[in-house]
Amino acid sequence: MDYFFELFLGGLTRGSIYALIALGYTMVYGIVQLINFAHGEIYMIGAFTALIVISVLTMLGWNQIAILLIAAGAAVVYSSAYGYTMEKIAYKPLRQAPRLSALISAIGMSLFLQNYVLLAQTSDFLPFPALIPDFEFMEPIAHIIGSPELVILITTTIVMVLLTFLIKFTKIGKAMRATAQDRDMAQLVGVDVNRVISVTFIIGSATAAIGGVLIASHIGQINFYIGFIAGIKAFVAAVLGGIGSIPGAVLGSLVLGWTESFFTGYISSDYEDVFAFVFLVLILIFRPAGILGRSTSEKV
Amino acid sequence: MKNRLGQFLIVAVVFAFMAAGTAMAADTIKLGVAGPHSGDLASYGIPTIKAAELVVKDINAKGGVLGRQVELLVEDDVCKPEVATNTATKLVSEGVHVVLGHICSGATKAALGIYKDSNIPVMSPSATNPALTQSGDYPNFFRTIASDDAQARLEVDFALDVLKLKKIAVLHDKGDYGKGLAEFAKAFLEKDPRAEVVFYEGITPGAVDYSAVVQKIKKSGAEAVIFGGYHPEASKIVTQMRKKRMDTIFISDDGVKDDTFIKVAQKYAEGVYATGPKDVSSNPMAIAANEAHKKAYGADPGAFYLNAYSAAIALLNAIEQAGSTDYAAVTNALRTKDVETPLGKIRFDDRGDAIGVGFSMYQVKDGAYVELK
Repeated sequence: MDYFFELFLGGLTRGSIYALIALGYTMVYGIVQLINFAHGEIYMIGAFTALIVISVLTMLGWNQIAILLIAAGAAVVYSSAYGYTMEKIAYKPLRQAPRLSALISAIGMSLFLQNYVLLAQTSDFLPFPALIPDFEFMEPIAHIIGSPELVILITTTIVMVLLTFLIKFTKIGKAMRATAQDRDMAQLVGVDVNRVISVTFIIGSATAAIGGVLIASHIGQINFYIGFIAGIKAFVAAVLGGIGSIPGAVLGSLVLGWTESFFTGYISSDYEDVFAFVFLVLILIFRPAGILGRSTSEKV
Repeated sequence: MKNRLGQFLIVAVVFAFMAAGTAMAADTIKLGVAGPHSGDLASYGIPTIKAAELVVKDINAKGGVLGRQVELLVEDDVCKPEVATNTATKLVSEGVHVVLGHICSGATKAALGIYKDSNIPVMSPSATNPALTQSGDYPNFFRTIASDDAQARLEVDFALDVLKLKKIAVLHDKGDYGKGLAEFAKAFLEKDPRAEVVFYEGITPGAVDYSAVVQKIKKSGAEAVIFGGYHPEASKIVTQMRKKRMDTIFISDDGVKDDTFIKVAQKYAEGVYATGPKDVSSNPMAIAANEAHKKAYGADPGAFYLNAYSAAIALLNAIEQAGSTDYAAVTNALRTKDVETPLGKIRFDDRGDAIGVGFSMYQVKDGAYVELK
């Protein structure tokens, strides 16, 4: 039972790592119907920005919590700027083009950003300091879950609630939903669609940056490639939960995290990805729009 | 008529280029250098380029090989087999005489067939997959590093004889290099009655965490983990084990015996064992080679630097000894003539493994790998 519980928590942590990235993925898709493959790269850029800020502040001898907050803030600002610019450069000119063009542009952006960081920074793995203070829990819990894992879990929940609130109850959220439903009509009734899409990308990138800082701090190492693998897994999780749905992204990520954790724990890690993807296929056979996705018929 | 003339012109132009190609080939000895020069394993490949540059600069300053200058042709294979075949084809089409590389075993294997068909001797400073030499499929292949079963043998002997362990978990990263090594370690352990393999599995490289595998190691009651693979995964596993308050001994290979591992795992790296090439820091040629690197690039050399340096010397020496770039003569010289290198005096056996090159066990102590005698 203890073993089961440990695997459950391991899967939960892994799932919430995926979820932090999947949230931005699914939100952008929900509003613009674009699979932003470069989302993982924004996450990676967030982690790199944080690392640079951390190195400078650590040299100045600042307090650890202050460093964490400032680094996260810098990562959010910097990543948002990248997200905003990326949308203006790579997606806006293609807004009237077939959807496939924007998809290919996204893949190109992803490759470009990876190689840009590779050349501008380094190809090596870099150590990322453990910024989240390691509280000592009582012994029955201490070896199961640490404070970094707890912080990731809590942050994921908060981000999910905030995003849901933003989309459901604010003015910009209403504009986002309108844009998602019918871009032309929204424009006709006075919604500034360009601004809405920009804001969507900025918020999506900000969540990715927060994810980047927390996850890098938990794993302890980064390189230019981390965004790609994490991005693929987050994308799968978003599809599993129903792409476009905010709670769906979290649920999908957790299901993916648990699937991987339990299959590894009880069967074999040799086939970890195989099991995870077989499970994905099974779910999509029975619920083609994902667990929480609403199947909508194509608008004619 | 006009058509004929056109055809003739094309043929003439093609021949002119071919002639130019052979004329240029005669001018220099072409040493190909292939390995990962970008991507996440670039830190294994770039030191080899630097070694080759230094050796070639040295030899060219002394008048070259057989009176001809040596020219370097550097190609990136990013450690991927599918890219390595293109790299090899490109080097062959550029007319290389000998190749220093590739770095990763998987990429080397993919490229070797192409070199073999073109009769080009290849020497890797780092590809340790046993089958590369032991299968006998590649008579054109040599290496200045001992094969993986040598490392696995050392790891198992160390675990049983020195540490006296009884329950051992064997993990690998499913790659050619890591899995090959893990399979040898498992086979050696199973033959020995003193210990049992409690758990043998592959992990997914690049995953965000390995908590499930770590829990499984804990549940299996293993006293030690023997891991076949590279440092990014090793540092994640070790870090997670230590964070879960597990003091399981971690024994790994030269893919982990890299300073990046210590840099990344930091305090959690303490006490980790890893096999790596024998310490040759007292060899005067090795000291000179390291000094040359520091002078030229302002930094300490990286992984496999001395192996690459020795391989470059061995290859060029063999051409000198053979008196030509002829395939049979060069491979014969590699097998029969001793050569002084930073790794000591070496020569190659019939299968292509260097005689006199081996591994030692290292342990992380106070943030650095220390050789255990």
